[in-house]
Amino acid sequence: MPSTNDWINNPLGVVEEMFGASQNSSDSGWEAKVTEFFRQRLMEKDAHTWVPSLNDVPLHYLKPNSLVKFRCLIQDMFDPEFYMGAYDTVDPSTKAKVLRCGKYKDVTECGVDLDSANMVTSERQTFYCVPIPGESPWVKESYASTCQARVVPSTSYVPSRQKRSYEDDDEDDMDTQPQAQGHAHNAAAEAQGNGDSKRQETEAPSGQKASSPPLDLNFPLPGEKGPACLVKVYADWDSFKLNDTMEVYGILSVSPALSALSDQSDTSSSLILDPAECMETAEELRVHSPPASLVPRLHLIHTQRLAHNNPLLPPAALEDSAASLASTLGEMVSVRAELLAYFTQLLLGDVLAAEYLLLHLISNVYARRDVIPLGKFTLNLSGCPATAGPAYTEQLYCALQQLVPSAYRLSMTLQNMNQLRLVPRKDYVANRLLSGALQLAANTSLYLDETQLEQGQLDPAGVRNITALGNVISWQKVDYDFNYHQMEFPSNINVLIASEGRSLLPSDCHVHLQPQVTPPNMEAYLGSALTAQSSSQLNKFRLYLTMARTLDYSISEEVTKAVEDDFVDMRKDDPQSISADDLHSLLGVARLLCLSLGQSALSTDAWSRAKHIETLRKSRSEPQGCLNGNEP
Amino acid sequence: MSSPMSTPGGKRGRPSNPSTLLPSEVDMSSPLMYGTPSSRVDGTPRSGARGTPARQRPDLGSVRKSKQVDLQSEPSAADGAAAAEQPAGQRLVIWGTDVNVATCKEKFQRFLQRFIDPSSKEDENSCLDLNEPLYMQKLEEISIVGDPVLNINCGHVSSFDAELYRQLVCYPQEVIPTFDMAVNELFFERFPDSILEHQIQVRPYNALKTRNMRSLNPEDIDQLITISGMVIRTSQLIPEMQEAFFQCAVCAFSARVEVDRGRIAEPAVCRNCNTTHSLALIHNRSMFSDKQMVKIQESPEDMPAGQTPHTTVVYAHNDLVDKVQPGDRINITGIYRAVPMRVNPRQSNVKSVYKTHIDVIHFRKTDEKRLHGQDDENEQRLFTEARVQTLRELAAKPDVYDRLSSALAPSIYEHEDIKKGILLQLFGGTRKDFSQTGRGNFRAEVNILLCGDPGTSKSQLLQYVFNLVPRGQYTSGKGSSAVGLTAYIMKDPETRQTVLQTGALVLSDNGICCIDEFDKMSDSTRSVLHEVMEQQTLSIAKAGIICQLNARTSILAAANPVESQWNPKKTTIENIQLPHTLLSRFDLIFLMLDPQDEAYDRKLAHHLVSLYYQSEEQLEEENLDMAVLKDFIAYARSYIQPKLSEEAGQALIEAYVEMRKVGSGRGMVSAYPRQLESLIRLAEAHAKVRFSDKVETIDVEEAKRLHREALKQSATDPRTGFVDISILTTGMSATARKRKEEITAALKKMLQSRTKTPVMKFQQLFDDLRGQSETAITKDQFEEALKALCDEDYLTISGKTIRLAT
Repeated sequence: MPSTNDWINNPLGVVEEMFGASQNSSDSGWEAKVTEFFRQRLMEKDAHTWVPSLNDVPLHYLKPNSLVKFRCLIQDMFDPEFYMGAYDTVDPSTKAKVLRCGKYKDVTECGVDLDSANMVTSERQTFYCVPIPGESPWVKESYASTCQARVVPSTSYVPSRQKRSYEDDDEDDMDTQPQAQGHAHNAAAEAQGNGDSKRQETEAPSGQKASSPPLDLNFPLPGEKGPACLVKVYADWDSFKLNDTMEVYGILSVSPALSALSDQSDTSSSLILDPAECMETAEELRVHSPPASLVPRLHLIHTQRLAHNNPLLPPAALEDSAASLASTLGEMVSVRAELLAYFTQLLLGDVLAAEYLLLHLISNVYARRDVIPLGKFTLNLSGCPATAGPAYTEQLYCALQQLVPSAYRLSMTLQNMNQLRLVPRKDYVANRLLSGALQLAANTSLYLDETQLEQGQLDPAGVRNITALGNVISWQKVDYDFNYHQMEFPSNINVLIASEGRSLLPSDCHVHLQPQVTPPNMEAYLGSALTAQSSSQLNKFRLYLTMARTLDYSISEEVTKAVEDDFVDMRKDDPQSISADDLHSLLGVARLLCLSLGQSALSTDAWSRAKHIETLRKSRSEPQGCLNGNEP
Repeated sequence: MSSPMSTPGGKRGRPSNPSTLLPSEVDMSSPLMYGTPSSRVDGTPRSGARGTPARQRPDLGSVRKSKQVDLQSEPSAADGAAAAEQPAGQRLVIWGTDVNVATCKEKFQRFLQRFIDPSSKEDENSCLDLNEPLYMQKLEEISIVGDPVLNINCGHVSSFDAELYRQLVCYPQEVIPTFDMAVNELFFERFPDSILEHQIQVRPYNALKTRNMRSLNPEDIDQLITISGMVIRTSQLIPEMQEAFFQCAVCAFSARVEVDRGRIAEPAVCRNCNTTHSLALIHNRSMFSDKQMVKIQESPEDMPAGQTPHTTVVYAHNDLVDKVQPGDRINITGIYRAVPMRVNPRQSNVKSVYKTHIDVIHFRKTDEKRLHGQDDENEQRLFTEARVQTLRELAAKPDVYDRLSSALAPSIYEHEDIKKGILLQLFGGTRKDFSQTGRGNFRAEVNILLCGDPGTSKSQLLQYVFNLVPRGQYTSGKGSSAVGLTAYIMKDPETRQTVLQTGALVLSDNGICCIDEFDKMSDSTRSVLHEVMEQQTLSIAKAGIICQLNARTSILAAANPVESQWNPKKTTIENIQLPHTLLSRFDLIFLMLDPQDEAYDRKLAHHLVSLYYQSEEQLEEENLDMAVLKDFIAYARSYIQPKLSEEAGQALIEAYVEMRKVGSGRGMVSAYPRQLESLIRLAEAHAKVRFSDKVETIDVEEAKRLHREALKQSATDPRTGFVDISILTTGMSATARKRKEEITAALKKMLQSRTKTPVMKFQQLFDDLRGQSETAITKDQFEEALKALCDEDYLTISGKTIRLAT
């Protein structure tokens, strides 16, 4: 490792040095200097790969107070907090005063002089961050393999930390063990306390799963793993939005003193006279100050916003690396053909459906006109062979998951619909946003498996869930439930509905699958299709899909004119043949078609091609009859 | 002062407040002082400042939590300073501030005696003489009512004496006790005989320091701030000990110990008899004050998009406890506090984070006045001078009406009249109160129904409106039940109390309720709309709760035709199959149909294509427009209350008479008073668009035009081509009714001619009638005619046989 890794292993040293230097000179811009220093360092070639990532390194292998990175989604935003930005400490023996810096730290040094005039109060914001929900395994692996940080479990930590480790060798234990141990630790603390938090525990809202773990890490999707993190942001926190994805570089803080519950037992004596402390319910304390061994704190120094989480592309916006991608652009047409062939195989030989699936996967909400999201392209793939059980839709999902960076399959069983929490809800008792399955990062593929839906009754929660799904599809928004009011958060989720008949949910485009082949053993057929793709081939596809999505698009004057003429002509012949809505979807298809070919402007060729496939698609759905005239 | 309170562990501060009268001045051992302060409800037997007990102000809290140890010897506030000031003269200020107690007191007394606000609009001042000193009248009120609280509007202080205001905001915990003193001196000088429960407390409100929870920062610590928010949680009442009372078990000697930093130091030795550990705490002679924790959250309007709301903890003390409930929107004036948190009391390193809260001094509910039908003043105050100027300039433009209507949902092409109708709906008419004469409130809200082919962006229009108005609700007919619209009773899972949960209609009170897929609604659900749409109230009688809720909401509904495609050969009623009783409650019914015309198509195509390649900047501009539109509507709704002018009244009468005349020529009624009311509402709304206080003829003209346009679309009788209002009011066009009568008459005549055969087959009779008639008779018409005769008791129908009545 290069010798410069001091700033990785001991970033606080760098901070303190700069802080100290600023005290002697009148120059006060040390804070800007710190961030600039780290930014510069990370800019250096490959430097960011030296930083260990919380995503793939178990917490107990990381050195406290070292620089780490974390690829995450902002799940909740806590209230801003005031902290001691600078303070004096007094040495009890020598009575010497030393000015200390409190930035990037959770706990002060010993002997704080609270009456010092040098005390500076500053403000910072806390975000609750979780790993990007639904991130595909290949993305995780790929990021982990590019990371060059060598982590050695620090000897001082091994004995105690190993036990409470996050990830165990045994995969099955992963999600239960750390919590169970964390709980044992807490329970001991509670036993000494007034038992308040204990009671809270058993009275936990019944809405949550009955076997609610002691500390719900609040991941949007069930079955997610990985660390959650409290990220402390020191500047410019207004520019962050809920559900933003980013890679944060920050100083890891795992001081055991941060655990709120261990602290309670000690202060129990003062609790009685100190109602201020017990005002915040035990629940709230647990959520806002969970044990640092479970939810580490990260003091943010540098952030890299992620436009996508595809490890094969540089994270920055495309313009920066346009040159390197120019070659890939040329290949797009050929990759597209290969991908189309692959999809055709997956979709049992249906070329048209494969084409639409491809368009769907590169769709992206690129703008909103008052309430209308532009660029969304929800696909309803009906006619999925149901005789083979869930096998087909499941396998199809697996295939897609291999291609897109993040995906989630929501099996629309009646039970799931009635019981899952899709829409995030504010829990005022714990003062946090309880996540729901629709709290997803931009461009996540949501795969709704409607073939799983059986007859039965939806309860009110189920109706709300269906409505929420409908809202996502039609308006690309999720109304988060804040109990007293709802708050609208824009979403950008690619929804794909697999169903037998036409879906009960609205969609932008409905394709009825017409299988050309009927393999006797569906599972084997798809399995072989899946394994036939080499990893380099898959990488090409992955790259292609992300690239196509981010291309720019425009329509020239002449083409606009041609499209207008075309529309007028079509209406002249038969006014019923095309409505304003049809033109909308036609324009949408044409746009995606262009992007899929690597073109950034609409051509008349692409236009007629879009018209052609739309006609083909419509001729398929018409015999189906049941035209529901009520979709937006 | 920007450094926070910093004593470790000082959570509540020392509650006994030396800033009010010191214990030495009021005999604290007198029986009157026992128990919690709130239990002392009776007035004092004596009167005058000295005789009225001072009440502790825990809201001002930790006055002497300053970092100076030798502070005890220094005058801290109020009395202490006042006492020390005499020898030292005028130069003395309270430690750490620039407040001189005597000057401050004098200034405040001058303010009370002289402040006049002739233009006061606050409703609590409504019965006061605005040309007399405002606060002196309030003091008089206190002497009569006996509620010893004086609310002071900081805006008044600031306009009277900016320096005093600055001091108040910066050093509230020193200045407010000074104000208390000043006001009490003044009060007991003027009303020496009045008896109060305790001394008057000054409660400032409306400090302009901060408006938004998000903008609170470390500089606001220990300052007077006002923020708005919504209550999300309140704790139970917490009795907080202010002073402990100890009694010696041996000699009954008593000792009082003030709570210091949340702790009570128990005296180990009795000072009287020197017995050790003989003192016991006597609870009911200790002093307690009430405290409550309230959690407030940013109001949704104040929030930047894409972020979650912040919350703040607020402590309410004494009589402010239980003043607010979860869900209330309130303005809070109080002192912002930050206290450090200790990791462990036995360790000296502290968590470097502070806990913040607000000690509340004044609560003001912002949504209280909605009960009286007026939008609250807080919403009005949102507009800055510059903004109002912009809006006024915009309103003065001659084409403001067209501008606004085109700014409405720009992504939806054309449908100008519909947009205009919706625009007028957004403004609404003037609310009139006729409850004195027994007619109740007149509906001021305009209801609109959009019907038309699927895929004509009705839903988008609804979504747009829903996003535009602050109190909008969006529901779909398919997904909503009657209870979802109105209100339902549920058991609160925590308290086990039955609570009334309001539905979409009540929630959109003073807003717009958008109902999509109106036709898909079940009949029972729709029936609840009848009351809402005309009386603007909602009556509930269930689970022992009988009440009437306000639901002054405009309804914007969209309905699809039954046959999925609009049938131009049928009337509106037949196309959408909604009861006419409901339809007649809509002021405007628009059809959104495909115009099918080349020029239109071309423009539409251009419009849509441009959507797909416009740059981000152009989109930004659109958004700006939406913000202006929002403000414009909000401003007009709260400030402009146009009244009918003489000419406008005449014009309306003429318009109505004209409408009646049109029909009378053909023997039918073409307008009902309901239509006249609609016209008035529309004219008023149009006047609001112009920011005019008077409804003038041009407003009536536009109202007439729009109303006519809507009627032309929805009430044209497809058989005759005439506009026929009875389609909407009775569900059947006049010609159809006439036809029905004719057929009935013909049938009757036919039956009379063959009285010999009293029993007939249905089909045979139908064929006979058809053969006899010159025009085609449908089976439906025949059945209707039979039914009519049946109602006349002329015949009876059983199955397929018809029997003449004898």
